[in-house]
Amino acid sequence: MSTLADPVSPSAAPAPGRLRRELHPGAWWLWALGLAAGASFTLNPVLLVVLVAIAGLVVAACRGDAPWALSFRYYLYFGLLIVVMRVVFRILLGGGSAPGDPVLFHLPEIPLPEVARGIQLLGDVTVTEVLVGLYDGMRLAALVICIGAANSLANPKRLLASAPPALYEVGAALVVAVSVFPQLAESVRRVNRARRLRGDASRGTGAMHRVVIPVLEDALDRSMTLAAGMDARGYGRSGTASPRERFVTGALMLIGLFGLSVGTYGYLDGTAPKVLSYPMLALGLVFAVLALRSAGRRVQRTRYRPQRWLRAEYLTAGSGLAVAVGLKLLSTQQVAVLYPDVPGWPPISVLSLLVVAIAVLPVFVAPQAPSAHDQVGGDAA
Amino acid sequence: MIAFDEVTFWYDGAARPTLAGVDLSIDEGELVLVSGRTGSGKSTLLGMLNGLVPHFTGGTLAGDVRIDGASIVARPPRELAHLVGYVAQDPLSGFVADVVEEELAYGMEHLGLDPQTMRRRVEETLDLLGIADLRRRSVRSLSGGQQQRVAIGSVLTMHPRVLVLDEPTSALDPTAAEDVLATIARLVDDLALTVVVAEHRMERVVPFADRLALVEDGRVRIGDPADLLVDSPVAPPLVHLGRLVGWTPLPLSVREARRRVKPLASRLGLPPAPAAPRRPAALEARGITVRYGSFTAVDGVDLSVGHGEVVALMGRNGSGKSSLLWAVQGTGDRTTGVVDVDGVDPGDVRPAEARMLVGLVPQTAADLLYLETVDRECAAADDQSGVARGTCRALLERLAPAIPGGRHPRDLSEGQKLALVLAVVLTAQPAVVALDEPTRGLDYPGKAALAQILHDLAADGRGVVVSSHDVEFVAAVADTVVVLAEGEVVSSGPVRTVLAESPAFAPQVSKVLGPDWLTVDEVAAALPAEVVR
Repeated sequence: MSTLADPVSPSAAPAPGRLRRELHPGAWWLWALGLAAGASFTLNPVLLVVLVAIAGLVVAACRGDAPWALSFRYYLYFGLLIVVMRVVFRILLGGGSAPGDPVLFHLPEIPLPEVARGIQLLGDVTVTEVLVGLYDGMRLAALVICIGAANSLANPKRLLASAPPALYEVGAALVVAVSVFPQLAESVRRVNRARRLRGDASRGTGAMHRVVIPVLEDALDRSMTLAAGMDARGYGRSGTASPRERFVTGALMLIGLFGLSVGTYGYLDGTAPKVLSYPMLALGLVFAVLALRSAGRRVQRTRYRPQRWLRAEYLTAGSGLAVAVGLKLLSTQQVAVLYPDVPGWPPISVLSLLVVAIAVLPVFVAPQAPSAHDQVGGDAA
Repeated sequence: MIAFDEVTFWYDGAARPTLAGVDLSIDEGELVLVSGRTGSGKSTLLGMLNGLVPHFTGGTLAGDVRIDGASIVARPPRELAHLVGYVAQDPLSGFVADVVEEELAYGMEHLGLDPQTMRRRVEETLDLLGIADLRRRSVRSLSGGQQQRVAIGSVLTMHPRVLVLDEPTSALDPTAAEDVLATIARLVDDLALTVVVAEHRMERVVPFADRLALVEDGRVRIGDPADLLVDSPVAPPLVHLGRLVGWTPLPLSVREARRRVKPLASRLGLPPAPAAPRRPAALEARGITVRYGSFTAVDGVDLSVGHGEVVALMGRNGSGKSSLLWAVQGTGDRTTGVVDVDGVDPGDVRPAEARMLVGLVPQTAADLLYLETVDRECAAADDQSGVARGTCRALLERLAPAIPGGRHPRDLSEGQKLALVLAVVLTAQPAVVALDEPTRGLDYPGKAALAQILHDLAADGRGVVVSSHDVEFVAAVADTVVVLAEGEVVSSGPVRTVLAESPAFAPQVSKVLGPDWLTVDEVAAALPAEVVR
């Protein structure tokens, strides 16, 4: 009876405003990777700042209230740390400046032995070397923050659930491993509290022993219960693969891996014959996909309400990719804008800003993430 | 539907088989209650039905188990998932997904059902169990009763022929337990499911059960509940009442008993006097409030425990009982309020001193145990309290005699573990003893022993506070009852007034004989000698 009304499915109820649902995690990752790729094509600090600001805006507007959604700020701190480290290293080690560059300030140079010739420890600090370090650090930070944005927007469990069936069991193990951590923290808290009831105020290794043993026993018990629960509900039921099918899957997988590794080698090593690079990579990819599909066929498992790829997903992923392609094109058209000369104010062009601005599209098209608080039906007692 | 044929089962390294020569047959559409003392092998028997025993537990199984005519002995649980739905004791630890709807679909995904069927069955199951409004909730945010219903739903979507439930209501408050049991009873009627359920608090399930399987010393007797309960080591209070006055057949439901109670009521002597001597207070707590962030767990509660008084805390799961006990003990969080034990506030002193004032046995009592043997636990307890060696062991001997000192604490039975933790807590000679849900996992004789221990503690002049969902246990043990709801006291007073007046909390004897009577012991004491057999 597919006519059973479901008030939440998009087809059934044209509710006012946008419906709350989770965007496909793949769409968020494509968007974020597009932004990251775009960031890697420029050293212009203005563009990088705008890019990071847009990523932050999208995260703030579109994330839900799930635990992983709160991680974005740690990526921001990490990004800041990267920038600071880059600049500090430039100041310490110098490099990147030409004679005659304006000197920012002077530090006493530490003389190094003859073997380390070419390395300048402290000494004159020029505007150029600080700026080069700053821009470089900002680019790396932007990459990290874009990945952070994907992590806080996409539901990791949903991402694993959308993985090919052949990888499902690995994914399930990962999910279980991840969900164990909050439980461990809760166990430690409980056992620590109980320890005080015994008047046991010991610290150090003795106390460790007294906390770790009950906690580990608890964790082991829980894992066994969970494993039994999953097994009792059909996890790992044998599929219907014949030995021949298994052989085919294995062979495809081996060929695919071989192709991929040779192709990667050919791509990275400029002296290798060209035939080893893109053609081998493509060949390896094709065989790997075939192997995964073949392995997936013998997994007897279906998906309940798989996440669909709708207009919002296309627009979100597309906007990220557009930023990547746009900046890649501009990197040859407007070299002065994307790789500004130092020192001096970085030039900016309207076109480059417009390209970066495409990334803001998800704010307008992505559905709002469902919140744990808007389903208060039933008694929570 | 289910047939056991000469089944014998040994756990690895065990001296005796857990089950020996079990012959059993259960028909389609029956509801069978499996009962017996703690550790008698109930869970082992249930686990065999879907292969968890021996595939997960280890051990040796001889004989044959057949479901729907086919032997299932060699088949692991996953290959039986479509046939047998198994709901474990603690639903939360078995949940795989984090949203109710996905939890319901999990099993079907593994059976490889097509999306259309899955969608239909999820909707049907949500309606059948009355949990449609919970579909998008996180399983962790649900109450105990809701979690249990989701766990049942998550196996029902696979359309099993047999439903196996291990202690489905052991952690639930009386009202939530009624809901879950009513759900199970409806499933038997509507879906013609064969249901096998193990349950300690038999009073709730016996009225629904078609047959009773009694596990004793590795043997299983199966038959009509009224026949088997005549000499069963575990029996609900109603059956004890029936045995006391020689009713045959035994009454299984309150309704049956009420119809036959007329002649008994006329011969009963005076009801026990509501004795409530004024006792000097051992613990006075005023205006206790506990907040976790924006959530108020306990809201301005007053609690007074006299020397020699047993106070029972009751209320739904999450009504603030545990938070109150921890706050009063001094170790837990307390936002506002004062506690006075012998002029000292346990919250103001170090934990080592607080435990000399109030001793607390937490809900998961085993958290307090971390050494390798019982003797070493006892010695550590003596040292921590600064008392003579052997004090703790002597206490333990009084609470639970003859526990081998070399035994690992984790290998003890639930009752023995509780006794050991209680002995460790009592070694510090606290003026007040608090116990958080101590009856979990105890059978009727275990609960009776615990009640005796608590009476003895009170007789020594200590104040006792115990939180419990178990109405019959509270009726037997408490002088005063405090009922909490949403962190506030909703009623408090002598046990007789509070329990008998509330429809949800009235014990079986009160339901039959009226609010003057709480326990079978009271009735026995008031009966003329010639009636008592």
